[in-house]
Amino acid sequence: VTTTTEGDVGRVDDPRDAEPQEPGGTPPPAPPGPGDPGSSANPGAANLPKVGIGLVGAVAIGWFVYNAFLAFAYYPEWFFDSKVLIGLLALVAGVGGAFAFFYFINMFVEGLPGRWSRALMPYAFVSPGIALISLMLIYPTIQTINYAFANDESTEYVGFDNFTTIFTGDLSEEFWLSITNNLLWLLLVPSITVVFGVIVAVLADKLSARGEKFSKSLIFLPMAISFVGASVIWGTKPGGVYKYDSAEEAPLGLLNAVWRIVGEPVNWLATSNFRLNSLLMMVIVVWLQVGFAMILLSSAIKGVPEDTIEAARIDGAGEWQIFSRVVIPQIKGTIITVFITVVIMVLKVFDIVYVLTTGRDKSNVIANLFYDRLINFEQTGVASAIVVVLLAAITPILVYQVRHFRREELGR
Amino acid sequence: MSALTEDVRDVAPSGDAPRAGRGLMADGRRRNPIAIVVMILLSLLWIVPTVGLLVTSFRDRDAQNTSGWWTALWTGGWSFSNYQEVFGGRSDLGSSFLNSILVAIPATIIPIMFAAFAAYAFTFMPFPGKDIIFVSIVAVMVVPIQVALGPMTDLLGQNGLGISGQYIAVWLLHTGFGMPLAIYTLRNYMVTLPTTVIESAKIDGATHFQTFWRLIVPMSMPALAAFAILQFLWVWNDFLIASVFLSNENTTVIVKLQGLLGSQGQGTELLTAGAFVSMAVPMLVFFSLQRFFVRGLTAGAVKG
Repeated sequence: VTTTTEGDVGRVDDPRDAEPQEPGGTPPPAPPGPGDPGSSANPGAANLPKVGIGLVGAVAIGWFVYNAFLAFAYYPEWFFDSKVLIGLLALVAGVGGAFAFFYFINMFVEGLPGRWSRALMPYAFVSPGIALISLMLIYPTIQTINYAFANDESTEYVGFDNFTTIFTGDLSEEFWLSITNNLLWLLLVPSITVVFGVIVAVLADKLSARGEKFSKSLIFLPMAISFVGASVIWGTKPGGVYKYDSAEEAPLGLLNAVWRIVGEPVNWLATSNFRLNSLLMMVIVVWLQVGFAMILLSSAIKGVPEDTIEAARIDGAGEWQIFSRVVIPQIKGTIITVFITVVIMVLKVFDIVYVLTTGRDKSNVIANLFYDRLINFEQTGVASAIVVVLLAAITPILVYQVRHFRREELGR
Repeated sequence: MSALTEDVRDVAPSGDAPRAGRGLMADGRRRNPIAIVVMILLSLLWIVPTVGLLVTSFRDRDAQNTSGWWTALWTGGWSFSNYQEVFGGRSDLGSSFLNSILVAIPATIIPIMFAAFAAYAFTFMPFPGKDIIFVSIVAVMVVPIQVALGPMTDLLGQNGLGISGQYIAVWLLHTGFGMPLAIYTLRNYMVTLPTTVIESAKIDGATHFQTFWRLIVPMSMPALAAFAILQFLWVWNDFLIASVFLSNENTTVIVKLQGLLGSQGQGTELLTAGAFVSMAVPMLVFFSLQRFFVRGLTAGAVKG
């Protein structure tokens, strides 16, 4: 598969192969479900004009959008070299094209005999999205695992050489350092974020409506800020919180201004003692993420039934007991969701480290090491091996996520 | 802040009357002094770094490098020159700002269309393989996008389609990377919609396409908006994909800021103004659509 649109059009052909006129076609797998509104459409034979127009339309739209997008890239002069015009046309072609594509696919499938129509309609709705996921996420994952066993130009297989390089070879020192740092991130950031999220959500709930709205707005404001923007805010450039200034000058960074009360100014992000620079970068990520944690936890706390709290109060429970024995158990699911989300984010933490220290002074992390190897050193093999390790680290979370989802579905 | 400071003043032993003020809030709950004090402190802690950036962005180069921003009230050095430089002048931050808009809007809206159709099928249509496909989507959500970088640079680069460096490469990638979360979020919301609506549409003879377009899409607006906000923030704030797949003249303001952060001296006074401009758009989007965000994200998406 080379492009999305081609992939989609390819899938339109599948139903045709399975038409009943053809010998050896497999029987339609699904009987119409009870809640299936499509059952009224076209009960008997195929509606050939519909099938024809639908098929031709879908192929034509796919072809047109595919070429239009390539034209945006290859021949900007056709569009007067105007980025704005290209952007607008892309929006129209992308959204309108997707709608028209679904419209024609729907027409095509509706035109098929009733049983086929019902059996294939779900796939017509699902497959464009699935095709995109396959092309952009599943295929690259398989390919990356493949590259991990090949040389840096991906021309020849080299067995486990890349893994030897990172585990015990030239890169092992930096690799294990990054793993240690990632573990530290993993140990601290998700739990601190959740704790802050719970504190803020619980306390905000006790404020007046106005106070709650206002304080929550301030705390989730950083959610809209990029890691790079946060690095400007917290970093070592003018105005940055961690800016370093020598003792002779006036303090320029907020942290040093406070620190000067007790000691000499410190070059914070270059200090690797006790992994101080990593810890300070974690502060930034917590600052960015607490708003997200708060939103979800706050709505979970508001969902705790009032009568369970009242019952505890009547039984003589104090505020702390109510919180720890009544509220927390009822929002456990949300706490886990938030925790897992932050864990996933932290495992691949990259921007902050890349922008602020580029991994210097013992602050490297896996995702930064990967980027460095892939982009700066063009060592595709080693870089892929690093990602495979990352992938392996994420697998338990993936399994957990799937199980959690299944449990939740049972509860619906 | 005024709302909060007022609260503090109003904390007093309550009388009997359930009026607002006098220790009771408008809804009759008692004021909680600990909550008020802690929340004021946390709010301050959370906003001060951003205020520092804002103040610094309105100071000239000299002032930025000789005194802390918190002294600006009495040391002065106020100036609009940084913003003038960002939008005109020698820096190309202004054009990268336009690039950000042109990258983010299509990359936000295009995936929604694909995801909504898929989510509809996963919610309302029975078909073989549905469970296994949906569980795969849940699993893929966790996969780090780093896995895609190597193969996708090959596929989109000179030896492949040759579109790397153009907007389209990034639109395509964000559409693909955003798809699992989009389908998941929308499907979780659609599950909470009343099935009676679908039933009656069926009785009226509506096809799936009509049901989807006339009923389910309008009813799913909170979830569509919630995902749109998430995706917009993600695309706008993305550094990794933009830095790898956009050429210098097409690149986003975030990548340009990173460049300035790495440089020494020259132009660093623009950094704060540029950063603030880059934050203004997502904040505007976020706060104007906030209520959808909370509703769409919490309904069905998370169960306690």
